[in-house]
Amino acid sequence: MTRQIGEVILDLQNVSLSFGGVNALTDISFDVREHEIRAIIGPNGAGKSSMLNVINGVYRPQAGEIILRGEHFRQMNPYKAACAGIARTFQNIALFKGMSVLDNIMTGRNLKMKANIFQQAFWMGAARREELEHRAKVEEIIDFLEIQHIRKTPVGRLPYGLQKRVDLARALAMEPQILLLDEPMAGMNIEEKQDMSRFILDVNDQMGTTIVLIEHDMGVVMDVSDRVVVLDYGKKIGDGSPDEVRGNPEVISAYLGASH
Amino acid sequence: MAVSTADSMPAGVPAALDTFPRLLLAHARTRPDRPAIREKDLGIWQRWTWAEAAQEVRGMACGLAELGFKRGDRLAIIGDNRPRLYWAMCAAQMLGGIPVPMYQDAVAQEMIFVLQDAGIHIAIVEDQEQVDKLLEVKDQCPELLHIIYDDPRGLRHYTQPFLHELEGMIAGGKTYDKTHASFLEQEIAVGRPDDVAIMLYTSGTTGKPKGVCQTHGALIAAARGGCSFDKLDETGEILSYLPMAWVGDNLFSYAQALVAGFTVNCPESSETVVTDLREIGPSYYFAPPRVFENLLTQVMIRMEDAGTLKRKMFHYFMDVAKRCGADVLDGKPVGGRDRLLYALGDLFVYGPLKNVLGMSRIRVAYTAGAAIGPDLFRFYRSIGINLKQLYGQTETCAYVCLQPDGQIKLDSVGLPAPGVEIKIADSGEILVKGPMLLKEYYQRPDATAESINAEGYFMTGDAGFIDEDGHLKIIDRAKDVGKLNNGAVFAPNYIENKLKFFSYIKEAVAFGHHRDMACAFINIDIGAVGNWAERRGMPYSGYNDLAGKSEVYELIQECIEQVNADLAHDAMVADTQIHRFLILHKELDPDDDELTRTRKVRRNFVSEKYAVLIDALYSGKATQFIETEVKFEDGRKGKVSADLVIRDVKTFPAVSRRAA
Repeated sequence: MTRQIGEVILDLQNVSLSFGGVNALTDISFDVREHEIRAIIGPNGAGKSSMLNVINGVYRPQAGEIILRGEHFRQMNPYKAACAGIARTFQNIALFKGMSVLDNIMTGRNLKMKANIFQQAFWMGAARREELEHRAKVEEIIDFLEIQHIRKTPVGRLPYGLQKRVDLARALAMEPQILLLDEPMAGMNIEEKQDMSRFILDVNDQMGTTIVLIEHDMGVVMDVSDRVVVLDYGKKIGDGSPDEVRGNPEVISAYLGASH
Repeated sequence: MAVSTADSMPAGVPAALDTFPRLLLAHARTRPDRPAIREKDLGIWQRWTWAEAAQEVRGMACGLAELGFKRGDRLAIIGDNRPRLYWAMCAAQMLGGIPVPMYQDAVAQEMIFVLQDAGIHIAIVEDQEQVDKLLEVKDQCPELLHIIYDDPRGLRHYTQPFLHELEGMIAGGKTYDKTHASFLEQEIAVGRPDDVAIMLYTSGTTGKPKGVCQTHGALIAAARGGCSFDKLDETGEILSYLPMAWVGDNLFSYAQALVAGFTVNCPESSETVVTDLREIGPSYYFAPPRVFENLLTQVMIRMEDAGTLKRKMFHYFMDVAKRCGADVLDGKPVGGRDRLLYALGDLFVYGPLKNVLGMSRIRVAYTAGAAIGPDLFRFYRSIGINLKQLYGQTETCAYVCLQPDGQIKLDSVGLPAPGVEIKIADSGEILVKGPMLLKEYYQRPDATAESINAEGYFMTGDAGFIDEDGHLKIIDRAKDVGKLNNGAVFAPNYIENKLKFFSYIKEAVAFGHHRDMACAFINIDIGAVGNWAERRGMPYSGYNDLAGKSEVYELIQECIEQVNADLAHDAMVADTQIHRFLILHKELDPDDDELTRTRKVRRNFVSEKYAVLIDALYSGKATQFIETEVKFEDGRKGKVSADLVIRDVKTFPAVSRRAA
């Protein structure tokens, strides 16, 4: 691969998050470079999803800073995060089940729509032109993720693996710079995992999107990611290339299982 | 016994239009602005006129020439039905080369044989998937020098110097064409109708695949015959979704399209065919029986889930259609009351149903490739779709027999097509002769000599006879027709087709040659049986689990008993009723070599692979353990195992004609 990994785009410094007496994250620092695929791994309850939720502002950490392209955020919130080009998918798919795939993906364009509510409601010139442009963009994503055949199908009727793909499509519709993927391959069979890995690599490669991903499947993580950060009980216990992490004894005992 | 029909080539066709490149340029001159081909891309149907298509083909031809493609070279074409891949065929032909379309779903290892056998130097492929496959086997195919891809997605970082993007090649070729206009004209002028136009590899039900060489003359004769027979003209629309490597697609989407000048439509992806069919509403449609079967299964599943009123209406009017639909279509006399009811049915049921199926505008629909169940065939005809059967092989350009409008017999494949002569050998084998015969098998004079006899007849390998009206009836593959130990004729296909008409049964393999009784393997249809199970609240985890359930066995047993009752009515086959059966633990799959790429059962392979199951069927065992290796789509292997239950089925005493 000739993909150029660039400067640090997202930097988390000494982030701590607690819920009452439970410390979900303790003094965590790591950075994400432009165009890289950064994986967060760890056993159940290690704080992986909390970490993503801190990045896009769903949770507010008690301590620490998020530096996004040089800009310091003490308090991120989801709207700010979205405007700053951070999109995400969810572990438990959060799509509109009764709406078609196309409409679901169109919702990802919401932030980019400029027409006001009256123009949209009455389908006036500007809104109409704008919708055509957005539709064209959405069609590119549909083509990219190979979901043409379910364009008009209500999401609720789709199998799980395809719903995951629609979730990714909606996130891509934002044309994000940073994409947060929360267990994109959970509950998939081998073929679906391979497809999804392929799509993640393609997104990264062709759109240049920086990707932060949480994943349980070690094989997938080691194959697709450039650098891996390992969490355990809310603490960072490893950080580095897949090979370094694989060789780290602390990581082996915490996650991969100690060799006896 | 020989039958021939007068050669009825349409008059007034200039003699010069005898190769495909000449036909293309003629269309570009005479109807430059009519749509030649469409493809759905990014949700919108894109269109190219004949003039535009000709420009693209010229550009591609010059580009190929610049890469060193010469007269007589073979060009591999691999991918789904895309306009540019069709143009690639014509571009190769412009230069006097021979396109070799290959099955796009074949795994890399399967491609080696054809690439080596045909001595491919240049391949034009659809996308990264196909490029990866060729790169995987390139070391074993040293003659392969250039790979050209249509869709650049994912290929940005491939740095191999022998990889080229089609877009760039066409652009370069167009520039060359502008400055050297006479180059292509000369190349086209040199082409002759008896040049080989295409090489299609036989699917390999018997031994290694062989490259069938068809000339421009043969394909054009077959296409002209078909077009005049069904009065096809430039206003037609066809949806091209069947593999380009298959002779049927070549005849319908390429040869006939270029002869008649109708519009070819390429679907958005292989999964969107049903939607695309509905959007295009083709006037001319071709599908193997399997596709018609799947469509009907889907309709039936949806009807069972529909509300009571709709369901009652559907069944009532389907009964009306069964009674008189086919006669209405054939223009035979029908009583006033039935005519009225049929008109109402058309308004409420058949019309909307045809619309959903994308068949509202169909003037002619064909099926071939395997025998179609009579009930299935009748269903489509009764709702007013002019579905007909044809008969032909790769070696005969899929052009031997056609059913004429208004003279449809369910169990025949029709009359010999214009220009075709048919003879039945003493062994019962069907022999054919005509302008559409293959020139030869590529570099296989032995095979060519074996399949064409001294009098110039091609030996089809099918057994059949000609009935009193001159229609050809096919019984089975000549080599598959066997005998039970008591001497009764055993035609496995005949029985399997009856079984497969049940929507619950996807595939069946019958055994009985040199045996005391007939037995069968069954593959359930996961869609239909799965839906059936869901409605009964039966949980299941997958095919293997569902296939082993005793309720499912009951269901299949009922189907088989109905077939047995049906067989008992016909003295010829009454002895071949199914006595015992089992449901296989996995679906028969081309990736495991159990089916051909055209999805026909490879009988010998299956009976060797599952010999232990056949023994169990005939030894009276009630269960049998089996473990089978399966290949996944990416080439990796796994194992499935199961304890298969074997069941006895009720058989019926033969009902003599007199009693009935």
